[in-house]
Amino acid sequence: MATRLTQSNRAGWLFALPGFGLIAVFIILPFFFAFWLSLTNQRLISPNPTEFVGLQNYADMLSLAVVTLEPERDADGAVIRDETGAPEYPRVRSITRSDAFPQYDGMREWFRWQSGETARVVIASDVVFWKALTNTLLFVLIVAPTQAALALGLALLINQRLRGINVFRAIYFMPVVVSIVIVSLLWRFIYDGQDGLLNTVLGFLTFGAFEGHDWLGDPDTALGSIMAMSIWQAVGFHMVIWLAGLQTISPTLYEAAAIEGSSKWQTFRYVTWPGLRNTAVLILIVITMQSFALFAQIDVMTNGGPLDSTQTMVFQAVERGYGKQDISGGSTISVVLFLLVLTISLVQRYLTRER
Amino acid sequence: MAAISPDNRGLRLAVRYLVLVLVALIFVLPLLFMVMSSFKPDQQLLADTSSIRAFLPVGDVSLGNYAEAFQRAPVRLFVFNSVLVTGVTVVLSLAICSLAAFSFVFLQWRGRGLVLSIILATLIVPFETIAIPLLLIVSKLPWIGLDGVEWTWLNTYRVQIIPWIADGLTVFLFVQYFKDLPGELVEASRVEGASWFQIYWRVILPLSGPVVATAAILKFLVMYNQYLWPLIVVQQEQYRPVMVGLQYFFQLNVAWGEVMAYLTMITVPVLAFYLVLQRAFIASIASTGVKG
Repeated sequence: MATRLTQSNRAGWLFALPGFGLIAVFIILPFFFAFWLSLTNQRLISPNPTEFVGLQNYADMLSLAVVTLEPERDADGAVIRDETGAPEYPRVRSITRSDAFPQYDGMREWFRWQSGETARVVIASDVVFWKALTNTLLFVLIVAPTQAALALGLALLINQRLRGINVFRAIYFMPVVVSIVIVSLLWRFIYDGQDGLLNTVLGFLTFGAFEGHDWLGDPDTALGSIMAMSIWQAVGFHMVIWLAGLQTISPTLYEAAAIEGSSKWQTFRYVTWPGLRNTAVLILIVITMQSFALFAQIDVMTNGGPLDSTQTMVFQAVERGYGKQDISGGSTISVVLFLLVLTISLVQRYLTRER
Repeated sequence: MAAISPDNRGLRLAVRYLVLVLVALIFVLPLLFMVMSSFKPDQQLLADTSSIRAFLPVGDVSLGNYAEAFQRAPVRLFVFNSVLVTGVTVVLSLAICSLAAFSFVFLQWRGRGLVLSIILATLIVPFETIAIPLLLIVSKLPWIGLDGVEWTWLNTYRVQIIPWIADGLTVFLFVQYFKDLPGELVEASRVEGASWFQIYWRVILPLSGPVVATAAILKFLVMYNQYLWPLIVVQQEQYRPVMVGLQYFFQLNVAWGEVMAYLTMITVPVLAFYLVLQRAFIASIASTGVKG
């Protein structure tokens, strides 16, 4: 088609420029800017000039160390134990605040485990960041496959030939058009420890045996509760994408399978699933990217608590970059987040490549 | 195994519908609860959560919560802001992204492939990862307005609109759609002496109903549901959209009835819109996945 009729450098640039210009200024520029800012001490508003600090922000955020604590011993060399028989250890502070270990200065305990008599303590210079990182990864690793599988289940359910099936499709999709902010607020009420609907329903289903639980107030259940709600809100979105994939599979394949006498599971395994390959890759990547962006749920429901059990990368990036006006700190988290998204997408593409 | 008798088939059909209905309840009940609660005084609302009454419009039902929600927050202003920002962004986005896509598909120009690749590459950059550097940029961007030059975009409508106009996904959707249109149409119009803009406006756009609907719906959902961005760039009540306005309902004593009334007010119009245009909504989401 490269004839003189369609050759037009001037019109071409002219038409593409508004769109490309906006994308360049508001997406590409801040993207590269994030890398630069993460190497400085930029603040949103500051009387002092911005300085280049190299990789200091990354060091401050990522530094980790494992220290070994020997149990306290009395004069005879016997291990001092508390009432439960557990050995007593010196405080971590005795190391992180000691002049003998300048490299651990200012670090705090993240978690510890026992190995024999000694305790190993992982200390980090930025414990909240590490919690945010692990929570985000946990969220992605659990939500992405679960949500993709549930969405596929719903799509198969909706793909039946039944009268009125479109009504059900419309209903399953409904939460997708409701803002996640609204959903989060609504579910705060549902998860409430005293008047929460969930406790009522569970009590009803177990004939009163269920005692009631403050889902968002307990560090062990808060993140899980947010995962469940996020899946509830978004699963219809991916159901629709699966459904589009299902409908590209030729009916003749199903007819052939039926003639061969294949069971339902065999039909799914050898006809449906191979036909959904590309859809599966796309869905996994889309859900992964959406899960990494976890923010509104946290902001509305828990603010990262209780005990930092629901901190996430984006929440921390905003809290630092906007809340504390620490643009460079927020940008550093953004860069790490982007590198994670990129790595995971590439790994997913590699694992699901055509063989 | 029992033989498949008519009875048996009826039973299986009933089980299928039962499963469909039970799943539907999971999605409907929380939303039903929201709407029903918005009509109840707080005390009753809380008491009702212990029974099926939570989902029924029973007891002391009134519009009192709505009246109080309007008292507590400038609801009309928030809705106006959201509608304005959403409407303007959707229209500008459709115009600018379709024009760019037109140029990528139908025009030959140097750098075309490269520019398109760059735009598509931005699809893998989640907005959340650029929000903070973008905050710094817009806080210092100049703007020439009617009152002279301003040196920040914070606390304005434009900061909520302009960064959201062009995006990779919208351009991508238009490019995909335009590729399937017959190129001869464009060549024929050229032969007849039509200008490029006339071809875009008179020939291509009139054929683009489905993709315009898709792009408009996706943009609408993104814009109306904006939260993170207005939260950090708008501190003045005057420019706040509905989702950020929610914060007014979380001062010390949470009045759940008012919260539910506000949630219902800002959700039900969208849900109604969705239910009317249900097919178009679902088709638009599906079309983001077909080509992959």
